[in-house]
Amino acid sequence: MIDSVEAAKTNPLSEQPWAELGLKQDEYESIKKILDRRPTSSELAMYSVMWSEHCSYKSSKVHLRQFGDKAPSTEALLVGIGENAGVVDIGDGWAVTFKVESHNHPSYVEPYQGAATGVGGIVRDIISMGARPLAVMDPLRFGAADAPDTRRVLPGVVAGIGGYGNCLGLPNIGGELVFDESYAGNPLVNALCVGSMKHADIHLASAKGVGNLVVLYGARTGGDGIGGVSVLASETFDADGPAKRPSVQVGDPFMEKLLIEATLEVLHAGLVEGIQDLGGAGISCATSELASNGEGGMHVYLDRVLLRDASLSPEEILMSESQERMCAVVTPEKIDAFMQLCKKWDVEAVVIGEVTDTGRLVIEWHGETIVDVPPRSVAHDGPVYERPFHRPSWQDALQADAPTPERLARPESPEALKQTLLDLISSPNLASKSWVTSQFDRYVLGNTILSQPENAGMIRVDEESGLGVAISTDCNARFAKLDPYAGAQLALAESYRNISVAGAKPLAVTNCLNFGSPEDPEVMWQFAQATTGLADACLELGIPVTGGNVSFYNQTGDTAIHPTPVVGVLGVIDDVDRRTPMAWEDDGELIYVLGNTADEFAGGEWAHLQGHLGGLPPKVDLPMERLLSEIMVAASRDGMITAAHDVSDGGVGVAITEMALRANIGARFWIPDNIDPFVFLFSESTARAIAVIPRTEELRFTEMCAARGMSATRFGVVDSGLGADSGHPDEQVIVFDSLFTLTVDQLREANEATLPALFGG
Amino acid sequence: MSARIGVVTFPGSLDDADAARAIRIAGATPVALWHGDADLHGVDAVVLPGGFSYGDYLRCGAIAKFAPVMSLIIEKAQSGLPVLGICNGFQILCESHLLPGALTRNDHQHFICQDQKLRIESTETLWTSDFALGQEIVIPLKNGEGGYVASEATLDELFAENRVIATYQGGNPNGSYRDIAGISNKAGNVVGLMPHPEHAVEALTGPTTDGIPFFASVVKSLVGAS
Repeated sequence: MIDSVEAAKTNPLSEQPWAELGLKQDEYESIKKILDRRPTSSELAMYSVMWSEHCSYKSSKVHLRQFGDKAPSTEALLVGIGENAGVVDIGDGWAVTFKVESHNHPSYVEPYQGAATGVGGIVRDIISMGARPLAVMDPLRFGAADAPDTRRVLPGVVAGIGGYGNCLGLPNIGGELVFDESYAGNPLVNALCVGSMKHADIHLASAKGVGNLVVLYGARTGGDGIGGVSVLASETFDADGPAKRPSVQVGDPFMEKLLIEATLEVLHAGLVEGIQDLGGAGISCATSELASNGEGGMHVYLDRVLLRDASLSPEEILMSESQERMCAVVTPEKIDAFMQLCKKWDVEAVVIGEVTDTGRLVIEWHGETIVDVPPRSVAHDGPVYERPFHRPSWQDALQADAPTPERLARPESPEALKQTLLDLISSPNLASKSWVTSQFDRYVLGNTILSQPENAGMIRVDEESGLGVAISTDCNARFAKLDPYAGAQLALAESYRNISVAGAKPLAVTNCLNFGSPEDPEVMWQFAQATTGLADACLELGIPVTGGNVSFYNQTGDTAIHPTPVVGVLGVIDDVDRRTPMAWEDDGELIYVLGNTADEFAGGEWAHLQGHLGGLPPKVDLPMERLLSEIMVAASRDGMITAAHDVSDGGVGVAITEMALRANIGARFWIPDNIDPFVFLFSESTARAIAVIPRTEELRFTEMCAARGMSATRFGVVDSGLGADSGHPDEQVIVFDSLFTLTVDQLREANEATLPALFGG
Repeated sequence: MSARIGVVTFPGSLDDADAARAIRIAGATPVALWHGDADLHGVDAVVLPGGFSYGDYLRCGAIAKFAPVMSLIIEKAQSGLPVLGICNGFQILCESHLLPGALTRNDHQHFICQDQKLRIESTETLWTSDFALGQEIVIPLKNGEGGYVASEATLDELFAENRVIATYQGGNPNGSYRDIAGISNKAGNVVGLMPHPEHAVEALTGPTTDGIPFFASVVKSLVGAS
């Protein structure tokens, strides 16, 4: 029995399962008010998914507005927030689009498919802008590295990202891998994609032109992922919760690859008026958003949708989140050519409706009208909440518990300092990530200039000119826990620094804001603080937020994850040949630390290793970050620099270790005057970088730093011949004058053994 | 006129653009060949690139061998057309019986992407003549099913006939029998290679430029023959 609009009118009092679908009483009442009758079951399904937290941003909207309100004026932004992904001008007629999204809850339920379809979804966001995807990155966070559930989730997530991304032919150029108990039961699986296009190829999601046809193409619609959005993304995992496995979507990367090629071909052939990917909320989302952005009306014949399972009800078809589907608006004159190109790529396509000027989204099922709604009310005018928030009761006590020498004993002897360095570089958060990244293809497409473990991922966009882009994502969530306003700024600062250190000029920002329940006023305070901090810092650094994603309800019971505002920064480099890698090259090159080092350990890796979290995070210094960025970009452009590395997790000691491992060449270091060796080696003060300068460029480089007011301290020199004198003939050696000596092989062993030992060979 | 080398695009081919770039860098003209096209457009040689042709459904390379373009390639390869199959292309050549043996799931069960050291074991093929015998090179390896297997008799025969063209050095990355990374047919015109020379043709993007001689070898032989 189909619940049609007619039936809703004649039987207005029928009981409806709005609560089970995640709607609140007042939300259900406002749907009735919008429609002036009870919704049909299909309409109820549509509103419930589109008004879910995941699709409607109902709790975050009031705070996210700041990204637009405080946006710095820039000519780089071609398409701003609100579209599938923002578009940035990188010069020479080229534009890039990039975005990061969460797939946290599905990846906890079913790690392989959850992570795989996370990649698929973000890639479709990028192609629906008209861009060819260039690369992906994955910021990942798990519970404690040795926790049994981490062993369940992590290998599946890594295999899922690899299994999908590798088959899609997109290089995976980096990301993050962080372990913290706060993510036990709530792993964070974020996925980023970047794509490029010529300015003329930018496409938007709108259904324009009355009489134009609406085409659904790609995979057939099946029963997977039904209710995935509202059920999975909006509820927390309680121990006695219902089984949710069937809600996770199943991915087919081969179909996605064909979909990419077919989509780019129809776009470039000029056959498409508007285009939208099908992600969360499937056909409900695509039809209502296209209609809402366009002429305002659409008529859909839902029974034309090609199905994998003929028994699906219309409500299920509307809610299905089957992967690898797209929706395009095509003029009647071009439909044959469109269908022909789909056929070339063996992609099924069917016209499911047409654009109208009625101002209504009308959906028919075998002749009966089952949906008749104003599309804007579904897609854009959902509920908006001003959730209450307040500073957590425990915040002051947390900030007061600083890791002073009295509170947390510090290593002092040379032997203890040496052991501290080994402990840090072998800790799960700082250990080599190659167990993970070697399962991803970083070479495909042949344009990867830098990839993990480098400072940033870098991709060549134009083979002729060498124009390229760099991307980094970062977040130290412990900093955000100590101070969410500063923590979000520190995440931005680190990402911005990573881009600059690689030689690219930072241009735009995306974010993936992972938080606990917005219904908890203390979590909401963290969210409000973090978004304000991020918006303020973007304004000060002059780079706009182009889009992003919010993931709430990352909590188990009353315990929320650390607030985790993952920030991605995109930069541009005129000629990738000028990029700055991490590895020093030749004997005699001079090693400088730029910036000032203070006693700042709160929230850092050393304190984390001691099981301590308290105090105030390192001081944010955005003017100094900006200056550091300008200096690093100038040094790269003018050929003054061989190698560079940002100083962040684990401080200078870890930074130079990573550089030595990358180079496989030794170096001699000394501790600068007037600073405690432990503080110099392991503090996580911001706005700092290691710069490796050829002797011939030293004067030019130091004069530039002096003229700009950037502190530059020489504290090392590259030397491949230190082995003999230090009792390690024929080995590459790192010597710290008067402190300790370690061979590069010893460092490598400590750094590389950890993840294989935890997760298998 | 420079040599024209075809690169086949199957649905799911991924490294076709990379192969075309490598052909250009080696001084030849890449020609795009479509899987459904029963026409080789007069090319002088063919590269079957890496990827997941037809989604690797059923078995890697098993469906690709039935593609219209493949029946022509199989026929011409038997009469001397130079053909290089890289990764998925190697799998297709084995499935097509242009080369013996098969590629199986890596012994450690994971996809692996790493810079791989190889030793060139034969320079008597059309695709390896530009190397020095015994030369050690480093090019990317990236596969989930790269373990080369064949019967003991076949393996003995491959070595006896000098048809093992490259072996893995510094550890076997995928469980390939006798460390085999690539082989050729008896005539030396058909070569299958699991690692990816097309990803090692530019210093900026590859670990080395050690991949170029594979393409330069065939270009030289084609120019010499014309």
